[in-house]
Amino acid sequence: MAILCAIIANDLRLAWRRGADTLTAVGFFVLAALLFGFGLGGDPSALARAAAGLIWVTALLASMLALERMFAADFEDGSLDGLMMTDAPLELIMLAKAAAHWITTGLPLIVAAPGIGLMLNLPTDAFAALMLALLFGTPTLTLIGAIGAALTLGARRGGVLISLLVLPLYIPVLIFGVAATETALSGAAMDARLMALGGFFLAALALAPFAAAAALRQAVR
Amino acid sequence: MLNFLANPARFMRIFGPLLPWCWAVAVLAGGAGLVLALFASPADYQQGDSVRIMYIHVPSAWMALGAYTVIAAFSAIALVWKHPLAHVVAEAAAPLGAGFTAICLVTGMLWGKTSWGTWWVWDARLTSVLVLLFLYLGLIALRGAFDDESRGQRAAALLALVGFVNIPIIKFSVEWWATLHQPASVLRAGGPAIHPSMLWPLLLMAVAFMAYFAALLILSVRTEIARRKAEALIVAGRRQS
Repeated sequence: MAILCAIIANDLRLAWRRGADTLTAVGFFVLAALLFGFGLGGDPSALARAAAGLIWVTALLASMLALERMFAADFEDGSLDGLMMTDAPLELIMLAKAAAHWITTGLPLIVAAPGIGLMLNLPTDAFAALMLALLFGTPTLTLIGAIGAALTLGARRGGVLISLLVLPLYIPVLIFGVAATETALSGAAMDARLMALGGFFLAALALAPFAAAAALRQAVR
Repeated sequence: MLNFLANPARFMRIFGPLLPWCWAVAVLAGGAGLVLALFASPADYQQGDSVRIMYIHVPSAWMALGAYTVIAAFSAIALVWKHPLAHVVAEAAAPLGAGFTAICLVTGMLWGKTSWGTWWVWDARLTSVLVLLFLYLGLIALRGAFDDESRGQRAAALLALVGFVNIPIIKFSVEWWATLHQPASVLRAGGPAIHPSMLWPLLLMAVAFMAYFAALLILSVRTEIARRKAEALIVAGRRQS
């Protein structure tokens, strides 16, 4: 547990001092959403209808941006080898890396989402649902992404490859995330959709660290 | 058993002779199935002759799932017992599975246009099969993305196991979500709900597709073994000279 906190604290400190990764993800999120505003011609009703889907898709792409760097820096400077030599199980280390990654990229997206929602004319009734759904959905994206990041460590064109591997696996989260936000718009209860998202998160939490650790072991050996 | 088959020469001695038999079964069952499907089986009372797309669409869908299961099984064998030959089999099956998935999607779109009136809907079954196609493409791309060949093989084997979660989702998507695509009518509890005049050509086509898959699989495994042998000989030859 101590090592878990130490890794998270260390990664957060690095991210804070560098600052670029976090800002890139949020900046991309805001810019892409703005582009949709221009692309759809600024018609408020058309924007409102598409807003939930647009926000989810841009959030999904934004959270994928920094995936490539999740292990790459540690791999290049050798600190990954050091981490793997500690007594702590590699699965736990994966969990810590994923948690730090989510705090630096997923959490800012959730904070920025209401702003984007206002810009895209999403009805304010749906904001709570949108943020709740993102809160359950983005950690799942990070956990699935950790598998992709570990698999492509050291690959040629790793960044492009990661999207090909990870995006298909993101689809269930996207479907249920948009559904949760849209049911909130229609005024119906959205518990079932949120529960499905929560279920995905728990399944990913239980399984993804093992898959990512296995992928990392064969990448580094 | 696994160790016994892990020797490439022995593997090919056992499975190589099966190759002509696979071709024969594929041609005979496929020919008979096509004749029955195109001429002997009845047209649907609503869909007319377009129902005959089923005899290609359904077997290729089964093979799309079957090929992925083969890949996942051989990937597990390769990762657990570290048999290089299992990697070769999984690698050979990936493009074949991608082909069957593409056939399944294209015939499904044609059939959808004639009977549903649309090329594509975002139905659970259609979407999950599309995801399967991207999983196949991801497997092929990941395997080729490393300078170290064995690293790519191991990464792809792991991805194959991770992506296996999609297979039960595809199989049961029509029951869990009950959207436009019809539920299973052959492999279901309570026996097939399809008339024998259509079931027989369907099963014959399925056998033909399976034999065709097996034949191509054996062929490309044999090619890969031969390629490795040739490379090893070239390296050995350089060392001597």
